[in-house]
Amino acid sequence: MATMRIGLNAMRARTAWLFLAPSLVVLFAVALWPLGRTFLFSFTDAYLTEPDIYDYIGFENYFTLFEDPLWWQSVRNTLFFTVISVSIETALGLAIALLLNAHIGGRGLMRAVILIPWSIPVVVSARMWQWMLHDQFGILNHVLKLMGLIDNGIAWTANPDLVMPVIIAVDVWITTPFMVLLILAGLQMLPRSIYEAASIDGVSEWRQFTALTLPLLAPSIAVAVLFRLLDALRMFDLSFVLSSNSDDTKTVSIYAREVLVNFQDMGVGSAASAAIFLMIAIVTAIYVTVFRLNRRLLGV
Amino acid sequence: MVRSRANRRLHRIAIYSLFTVVALYTLFPFYWMIASSLKSGQAIFDVTFLPDLKFNNYEAILSDGVFLRSLMNSLIVAASVVVLSLGLAIAAAYALGRIDFRGRSPIMFLFLAVSMFPQIALLSGLFEMIRWLGLYNTLGSLIFAYMIFTLPFNIWVLTTFMRSLPRQIEEAAIMDGCSPLRIVRCIFLPMMGPALMSTGLLAFIASWNEFMFALTFILTDENRTVPVAIALISGSSRYEFPYGAIMAASTIVTVPLIVLALLFQKYIVSGLTAGAVKG
Repeated sequence: MATMRIGLNAMRARTAWLFLAPSLVVLFAVALWPLGRTFLFSFTDAYLTEPDIYDYIGFENYFTLFEDPLWWQSVRNTLFFTVISVSIETALGLAIALLLNAHIGGRGLMRAVILIPWSIPVVVSARMWQWMLHDQFGILNHVLKLMGLIDNGIAWTANPDLVMPVIIAVDVWITTPFMVLLILAGLQMLPRSIYEAASIDGVSEWRQFTALTLPLLAPSIAVAVLFRLLDALRMFDLSFVLSSNSDDTKTVSIYAREVLVNFQDMGVGSAASAAIFLMIAIVTAIYVTVFRLNRRLLGV
Repeated sequence: MVRSRANRRLHRIAIYSLFTVVALYTLFPFYWMIASSLKSGQAIFDVTFLPDLKFNNYEAILSDGVFLRSLMNSLIVAASVVVLSLGLAIAAAYALGRIDFRGRSPIMFLFLAVSMFPQIALLSGLFEMIRWLGLYNTLGSLIFAYMIFTLPFNIWVLTTFMRSLPRQIEEAAIMDGCSPLRIVRCIFLPMMGPALMSTGLLAFIASWNEFMFALTFILTDENRTVPVAIALISGSSRYEFPYGAIMAASTIVTVPLIVLALLFQKYIVSGLTAGAVKG
């Protein structure tokens, strides 16, 4: 009997590997191998037109990259965009989630409404806002003029001081729904009984929010923020469509693709890609560590 | 209890006014897109809040064979990605969710790590791989590349789902000597409807919307997908920008997604939160 069990387990393990094999092969071909090649190309002088012919040149591509002020500007742009947009989205997402958590009619409809900006292509959102923000014919300038706030149309996406705030505002419109849905899911898992107990004890609603809701919700918020962070750090399409030629909103992803595809410089482009990979890996590692610490501190 | 009736009504009014503000903020851009797409020619440059209901922009964009072709391409890519990523993920999730074997945890971790890869980090390696496979400038390149963000996510969500099912359901079948393939097909597949809906919808939306790979791996107009087609519509100068056509094209690609979002809200939300809460 015992040997039969062992035989059965070994057979089951073989089945497991057999069933996993296709997915592992695909992920190897589409993610792990290309990632390795990107790192390898970052040490070569390969060109996109003939990627087979290359020599190893050590860290030269990284020196070129780190001497380019535009690279550092795109790093600053990306970090600024990420920190500001994710902060606003978290605060706004929390507020709207609390609003939707009110036990009141029309909640389902609101949840559906809020899902729409998230589900459409970013390219479409960018085009839509580009049109509303048009300096001459855009509705925003029109309304501002009607209200007597401005005399001439503001060039929202051409003014170097305004373009980043505009991109952040559009991103907030696109991705706040995602935050709302994740935080709302966390809110709905909170036990109602503790609130009933708190109410009976006469704890004020604000105190209930700061002492009960926020700490209990912290893990859900932390996970939602991590997802948004990963997404914001690799932002590409919004800047590309809304302000494609502006250095003021160039993100690291746009920079790397430009060097790689437009300048055909596979070496420096891969070095930039590898640097982005490491940057995101480090941010994620730090975040996850701090998050676990938080969790322990909160005793959740 | 203590709260008076008037106070309560005030509370309700406040909440509904906030609902209205949020809904207006969310929906007005869509209204404006549709209204603008229905104005013809120069009328788009006059700011009037009601549309003219002229369909010239739609006629123009739909008689343009290239745009219809992009719509078709997007549909083919998104549908193929859904079928392929779900097929692979169901098999993998059975292995990871129902069988205890050595190496299970490292593999789960690997899938999670891959789902966090920034896509730009794979671009040059993937470019080489796609050329080597002979997929450059074909829809196949996108179907292949989109596995990066659909497959790990689907595997993760479906594995969590399969693990949550009671242990007994397949034991009799194993003892009867049913093949694993048969167990998956006859026992698990019929129970997985909602989970497959969620992951399938999310994979469809993500593939329909993807931009960077579609911009990079496709060279010619007739193989483009819609997001790239819309991003590349441009006029001869900044002042001749064909906004009417852009708004019409944007409306056409957005409507199916709005219908999906409204009809299958429940599944989309549960897929999103399953990925985040368990991930």
